[in-house]
Amino acid sequence: MKIRNQKDFVAGLMYVGIGSFFAILARGYQMGTAAKMGSGYFPFWLGVLLAIIGAYVALRSLAPGQIEEKLAKIDIPSVLWVTGSTLVFAISLPILGLVAAVFLLVVISAMASHEFSWKGAVLNAVFLIGFTYAAFVWGLKLQFPVWPTFI
Amino acid sequence: MDLLSNLSLGFATAFTLQNLLYCFIGVTLGTLIGVLPGLGPVATIAMLLPATYALPPIAALIMLAGIYYGAQYGGSTTAILINIPGESSSVVTAIDGYQMARNGRAGVALFTAGVGSFFAGCVATLILAGFAAPLSELAFKFGPAEYFSLMVLGLIGAVVLASGSLIKAIGMIILGLLMGLIGTDVNSGTARYSFDIPQLTDGVGFVTVAMGMFGFAEIMANLEQKEHRETFLKKITNLWPTMVDFKRMVPPILRGTVLGSFLGILPGGGASLAAFGAYSLEKKMSKHQSEFGKGAIEGVAAPESANNAASQTSFIPLLTLGIPPNAVMALMVGAMTIHNIQPGPQVMTSNPALFWGLIASMWLGNVMLIILNLPMIGVWVKLLTIPYRFLYPAILVFCCIGVYSVNNTSFDIYLTAIYGILGYIFIKLGCEPAPLLLGFVLGPMMEENFRRALLLSRGDYTVFLTRPLSGGLLIAAALLVLIVALPAFKKTREEAFKEE
Repeated sequence: MKIRNQKDFVAGLMYVGIGSFFAILARGYQMGTAAKMGSGYFPFWLGVLLAIIGAYVALRSLAPGQIEEKLAKIDIPSVLWVTGSTLVFAISLPILGLVAAVFLLVVISAMASHEFSWKGAVLNAVFLIGFTYAAFVWGLKLQFPVWPTFI
Repeated sequence: MDLLSNLSLGFATAFTLQNLLYCFIGVTLGTLIGVLPGLGPVATIAMLLPATYALPPIAALIMLAGIYYGAQYGGSTTAILINIPGESSSVVTAIDGYQMARNGRAGVALFTAGVGSFFAGCVATLILAGFAAPLSELAFKFGPAEYFSLMVLGLIGAVVLASGSLIKAIGMIILGLLMGLIGTDVNSGTARYSFDIPQLTDGVGFVTVAMGMFGFAEIMANLEQKEHRETFLKKITNLWPTMVDFKRMVPPILRGTVLGSFLGILPGGGASLAAFGAYSLEKKMSKHQSEFGKGAIEGVAAPESANNAASQTSFIPLLTLGIPPNAVMALMVGAMTIHNIQPGPQVMTSNPALFWGLIASMWLGNVMLIILNLPMIGVWVKLLTIPYRFLYPAILVFCCIGVYSVNNTSFDIYLTAIYGILGYIFIKLGCEPAPLLLGFVLGPMMEENFRRALLLSRGDYTVFLTRPLSGGLLIAAALLVLIVALPAFKKTREEAFKEE
């Protein structure tokens, strides 16, 4: 047996997984009857429906008539740099304040680019710190810690 | 006449200094993101949602709406000048618009796009004003069963008309519906799928999902593509079309406006589909068929009128029925609920100033756009020279600050990061995130109406079919699926989406 459409196959399995996950957890909530529904009724049947659709998509990808499609390459470094930089921002904002957090976010996320340069990244960070300070702290008066809390 | 007094109320509301200012900010931002490829209206509106907390609701909605239709203008500029459509709705404009630019007629193409958009925007505003009242009347007759069926039709329509694989898109809707159910169940007070994390008992914030899927995930996907942006630009001279041009552009603008207005109202319609439909129609009807693809003025006039008309008429289902027809409108639902306005037919009666003010602001916004766009084209084009490596960190900064400021908690940024990775996986698997967002917004509403309908019928499922309106809506939904499954239609549909 050959998986002709790999994208669909994986997507189908994902639907089956997520659908069953929601359906199984829904069993833990009150089911009730159609006339007097509990909190588990609607999510349970939605989960089941999603799992059925997933199974169909996965099985269909094996059918001989399907267009062959390989899984797309995943660019792990980009994902890590981008996600990592936002996590660093989330952790550092309450402790180090807006200025430092924006600096870290811009410089770290810039490393995901193929054309990274320190000079460009730092300049961009300085510009964005100025811009966000003006727009969010002065302009919109949002409440953030701006400087490190321990100073 | 009622319509006139309503419109005058609207203009009185929109003509205050504050509302004019926010309308201006909205359309300027919209043009800006329309020009910049890789940043669309969904991500921008999501970024700005938190910033609108402090504003009065009407100013907030006027600004957000301006971003959406402003983006249609901006997208066409880059499509014509450098063959890079800033928005998916301008893809077809690039075909003939860029050829016109290469023939030294860039100015004429830009003028045509501007005038077409403006005309379409004016007509669409009138249609919106005229249709809103009768549709709202109808909506008041709806019970829970009708609302449930209407949402089914809306969701099905959204994927039938607007995306790739139908069955995968339906899966994404259901996934979105499920995610929308996370949090405390209003009827029983049970916390569902919250895994004892206190922040999750209030549900997942709408902004986090939208930013994760449309902000973070898009950036990750865009980073893989190497940048190659050639800026082909001669000096733009001669904006004015000749008499022959004028004669040739009028009928396509009229047809584009009508078709676009119609497709905008349909669930799942919206700007991209309208532009594509109008272009194909023109290609079939034109006397100058051989010129298409080589710089036919009709190929610019029709899609540009259609996409602007559609971006405005797609407010009709939102404002009258409370059902968002596409992802941008789903965000508008979020914006309205932030300001404690429940979208639906009651908006018009309980909050007429807001309703008519928003409509009037669209017309004013169109006037601003045409003033903003034609003389300032040089400025917008300059913006295109900003490389993506400077742009995406800026987008991340605005996303993160926006998400954080909703509840002043870092937890929301973690959630957004998770949704970002999920969104990236979805893109890689060919599953579109837009239907998920629609489902996410409608999830709680749909469950509520489903429950109420079955409570009233004592658990009898046939209620959805025996009530004539509800049954009709469900049959329409089933027909849509059937038509798409037909082999003949399937082929044209696949071709249509290949162009995007």
